[in-house]
Amino acid sequence: MQSINDYKPRIILNEYNITQNLPSAPTVLDETFNIKKLKKIFRIVIVRYENMEMEFDVIGIHPFIANTFRRLMLSDVPSMAIEKVHIYNNTSIIQDEVLAHRLGLVPLKADPRLFQFKQDAEDNELDTLEFELKIKCIRSKDENKDSSRIDDIYKNSNVYSKQIKWVPKGNQLDSFKESDVGTVHDDILIAKLRPGHELDLKLLAVKGIGRDHAKFSPVATAFYRLLPDIRLTREVKGEAAERLQKCFSPGVIGLRHTKDGNKVAVVNNARYDSSSRNVFRYDDLKDAVIMTKVQDHFIFNIESVGALKPDVIFIEAVKTLKDKCLSLLSELEQI
Amino acid sequence: MPIAQLAGTDPAEEKSKTFVFHDEGHTMGNALRYVISSYDDVEFCGYTVPHPAESKMHLRIQMRNGRAIDALRRALKDLVKLCDHTIETFNEQLISFQTDQLST
Repeated sequence: MQSINDYKPRIILNEYNITQNLPSAPTVLDETFNIKKLKKIFRIVIVRYENMEMEFDVIGIHPFIANTFRRLMLSDVPSMAIEKVHIYNNTSIIQDEVLAHRLGLVPLKADPRLFQFKQDAEDNELDTLEFELKIKCIRSKDENKDSSRIDDIYKNSNVYSKQIKWVPKGNQLDSFKESDVGTVHDDILIAKLRPGHELDLKLLAVKGIGRDHAKFSPVATAFYRLLPDIRLTREVKGEAAERLQKCFSPGVIGLRHTKDGNKVAVVNNARYDSSSRNVFRYDDLKDAVIMTKVQDHFIFNIESVGALKPDVIFIEAVKTLKDKCLSLLSELEQI
Repeated sequence: MPIAQLAGTDPAEEKSKTFVFHDEGHTMGNALRYVISSYDDVEFCGYTVPHPAESKMHLRIQMRNGRAIDALRRALKDLVKLCDHTIETFNEQLISFQTDQLST
């Protein structure tokens, strides 16, 4: 246990309980908030960035601050979504309100930073995007008369998100390209039609925040977890080493081959361990491992819906917090 | 008016105060509570969202020395500095990550 009492705050996952270590120096968890001290230990490391997904480490902050960033990304960073659906005609079997709800959840790829929040006034080009969905299903007059495939018999029997057409308002054509505005995915099934069924809809998208409705949330998920750390307290050899390897996620425990042909377990990379406690099933192994989590090391994962890049979402979240603080400060001046 | 004092409290009492934040919730509440309660002169700091259907947050500060409103002001300023530093560090790291990716 003594080896775990380093300078980092940790929780230790024991067999029956969770305990904390005794860090050798004061940590962010119990120190006075001081921006100079924080700047010394605060670090961000970007680990993975793939198109709309991102993983990065934030090191040296308090869990409450990390949680604030997560909450802000989920519910305070704005994005655009369809808010009003004017239904001129809907003869399909899907009800108006269900159809409107489905359309509201379709992700749009307009940059919300270029729009204003909608005021009570009339729609204008600064706060509203207008779309149109006009489609009618007919019986196909093709030669494939004998085919029983739905697509051969009917035309437009499936309504997809690619059929939503943007109708530029005012001078929107000058500031946006056709490719900047529209749905993120073009293959979302919106409704199914049969001959004679018709949809004629006007869709109005506005800017909003996730606290109001989940459709305005810019992220599919945004979560953090603590960095796992695994240490071996003694040498584990042979069959026991292979058993130990299987107790953890793949890649966490490696086997080193010694000169005398033995296998010795070593910790390769504990980062992607799922913290499963399989090791406690084996009486001969459980005293060989100390599983801990570092309490001031957060691994953030952001998956964007598609309108904003994940790094922009994080920056916007931090900016929202800053703006909130600044407006509250100016409010306090007046008291 | 986003900040008010809780009705019925003595305005002359400077050490202990309950602030009422409109349109705020756990996001600001927990962050402020953590920053304020880490200060040395603070005896107690806590927050509550009295009803989930009302977007109001109560923040209670009790001081050993000094005024409660000063602690709140200091916390807000500290959070602004934290945000600035976070944005700066994140952007630096992003640029160096992207240049690393291009070179490999």
